[in-house]
Amino acid sequence: MNYAQLPLAEQLILTLAAMILFTSFLLLAQTRIVSLIHTFAWQGVLLFLTTCLMAQSSGRYHLYISAGLTLALKVFFIPWQLRRLVIRLNIRRDIENVGGSSMIMIAGGALVIFSYYVALPIRELSELATRNTIAISLAVILLGMLMLITRRKAVSQVVGFMSMENGLFFAAVVSTYGMPMVVELGIAFDVLVAVILFGIFFFQIKAGIGSLDVDHLNRLHEVD
Amino acid sequence: MTALYATLLIPFGAMLAFGVIGHWKHAGTLNLLVCIATFVTSLQLAIDVYNNGVMITPGQLFYIDAFNVYLILVNALVGLTTSIFSRPYMAYELKIGRVDAGRMRLYHSMFQGFLLTMLVALSTNNLGVLWVAVEGATLATVLLVSLYRTPESIEAGWKYFILCGVGIAQALFGTVLIYFAAEKVFPGEESTLLWSVLKEHSDQLEPTVLMLAFVFLLVGYGTKIGLVPLHNWLPDAHSEGPTPMSAILSGLLLNIALYAVVRYKMLIEPALNNHLPSYMMMGFGMLSFSVAGILLHHQRDIKRMFSYSSIEHMGLMTFAFGIGGPLATFGALLHMIVHSLTKSAIFITVGHAAHIAGTQKIAEIRGLIRTQPAVGWTFLLGTVAIAGFPPFGVFTSEFLLFTATMKSMPFLVMPLLIGLAVAFAGLFRHVQPMVFGEPPEGQLPVKANMLPIIFHLFLVLWLGISIPDILANWLDQATIMVVGKGLL
Repeated sequence: MNYAQLPLAEQLILTLAAMILFTSFLLLAQTRIVSLIHTFAWQGVLLFLTTCLMAQSSGRYHLYISAGLTLALKVFFIPWQLRRLVIRLNIRRDIENVGGSSMIMIAGGALVIFSYYVALPIRELSELATRNTIAISLAVILLGMLMLITRRKAVSQVVGFMSMENGLFFAAVVSTYGMPMVVELGIAFDVLVAVILFGIFFFQIKAGIGSLDVDHLNRLHEVD
Repeated sequence: MTALYATLLIPFGAMLAFGVIGHWKHAGTLNLLVCIATFVTSLQLAIDVYNNGVMITPGQLFYIDAFNVYLILVNALVGLTTSIFSRPYMAYELKIGRVDAGRMRLYHSMFQGFLLTMLVALSTNNLGVLWVAVEGATLATVLLVSLYRTPESIEAGWKYFILCGVGIAQALFGTVLIYFAAEKVFPGEESTLLWSVLKEHSDQLEPTVLMLAFVFLLVGYGTKIGLVPLHNWLPDAHSEGPTPMSAILSGLLLNIALYAVVRYKMLIEPALNNHLPSYMMMGFGMLSFSVAGILLHHQRDIKRMFSYSSIEHMGLMTFAFGIGGPLATFGALLHMIVHSLTKSAIFITVGHAAHIAGTQKIAEIRGLIRTQPAVGWTFLLGTVAIAGFPPFGVFTSEFLLFTATMKSMPFLVMPLLIGLAVAFAGLFRHVQPMVFGEPPEGQLPVKANMLPIIFHLFLVLWLGISIPDILANWLDQATIMVVGKGLL
């Protein structure tokens, strides 16, 4: 099958999926904290567009509620909250040294290939669109994890964490038209609480060790 | 039905109320009363389920059967005894200035919030809500881990948050995959994430998707069980928070995560034509059991040491559910109870021991039995029980499990026995001087309420000598649900 033969909505969704994957790579490479938060907000915008498109094309209008939640939480509230904290903690101009950034990008590429490798054998994913979207959402989750591993600043780790959550949400929206409403609301609530807790933690870490570098969190060892 | 709603609403209301009045000087007593009320309603719930069988609420959001009802009861019971211990313990912490009024509010509110999320996770029928509740349990406890605001506790809290968050995200991906598979069978229905519905139609679900989902679910919830190599957060979180939290984290939260994995195994394994889920659980379980036993030897902090013992026991249970078969499953279900009771009793005594010595360092806790015989003896007895000596219940469940292993996989008995011996040696080389050593000059006894500890140890002893018929019946019904065949 050829991409041009797909219905227009599916073509658009594939394009958006590709763009979301691209923003994940941008997050992986971005070293300025404020730009990182902005990139994260753009990923949220793409997610919002995807959800609206799915709601429109499938006729399941409860997806608009999810889209609204995404817009409120991931485009406005979380980036705003993180930005505010960054300004209050006075780390706005911080640039993070990410060691071996070219290796990280190659590893990211490998993760995308791995995601396709995992998603391919599923028989039900014979349709071009879903096969791609499942693989891409898995890739976004794994890239978020890679970001968590490679970053040393608490704020970047939170952005990585939240971009994993974006990957999960993307998977739910494009492969199953969202989760049941009660679950969707529960997840949104958990994310909201998590962001607030992260904010509290920033202050605790800053007060406890004098910096937001998690490298300094090294007092506890498995074996003494 | 009313009993179920009351069991969930009482902690919910208490959580909100303590957010405002948690620093009140009688808040500890109120906390205790709330826990008593929750326990009474959960007892009523258990009686209802015993008389009328499986209970599904209208709207199918909650589903109570023999498998989760006894865990709900254990949950409420350990919550109750921990709140008895927590009252004087937290009052003492407040007196010595380790916490202030605001943190007491947080503590009491989140204590109830944590119990609530665990009860929801156990009683829900919706696999999505199960995830939300397990994640909620992390969120409720994460600030309690860093309650003392020392650099160590902040590090422990951050690690707990990030590692469990990442782990649990994998579990959500697994849940999405399950929903994806179910969507193909019943397109456009909201009920497709309900466990009771999925269980009935599990043979129609696409096996490849289920297999992939199980891998993600095991890794995700396995992080919360503390399976090696995903266990890194556990000793930190369990050792740095206030001791009552350690008791319910080790005693209850790990069980909930294991419960989730077993529910999924019940759903997924019959739909596959291989035993990959079982083998994966056996592998992870065996690895955790052996590695944790070795790491026990190298610990310097008393609470960290017992956290490794929790990892070891969770590994053993995961292994037992992996072995499958009625005998091993019955043993594992029993082990979930006896481990909860024993481990929370141990953490409570450890809390007293740490107050006596004024530190959590193993090297500085000495001569408990001479300073305060009650604490010394219960500490020793608790350790004897957790190490699996007869006549305590841990021995019974481990014996069942070993018998089952001998039957189906005899070559695995040797590593299990060696692991047990290693863990035993690790525990006693540390515990022996703490209990019998020479107490430092001027070490004074503290005010300790021994009731919860004695009660727990008594129950464990009772379960070791004779399991009451009601409980045996429940465990047997649960065994039938998990593996399709009963023991009795």
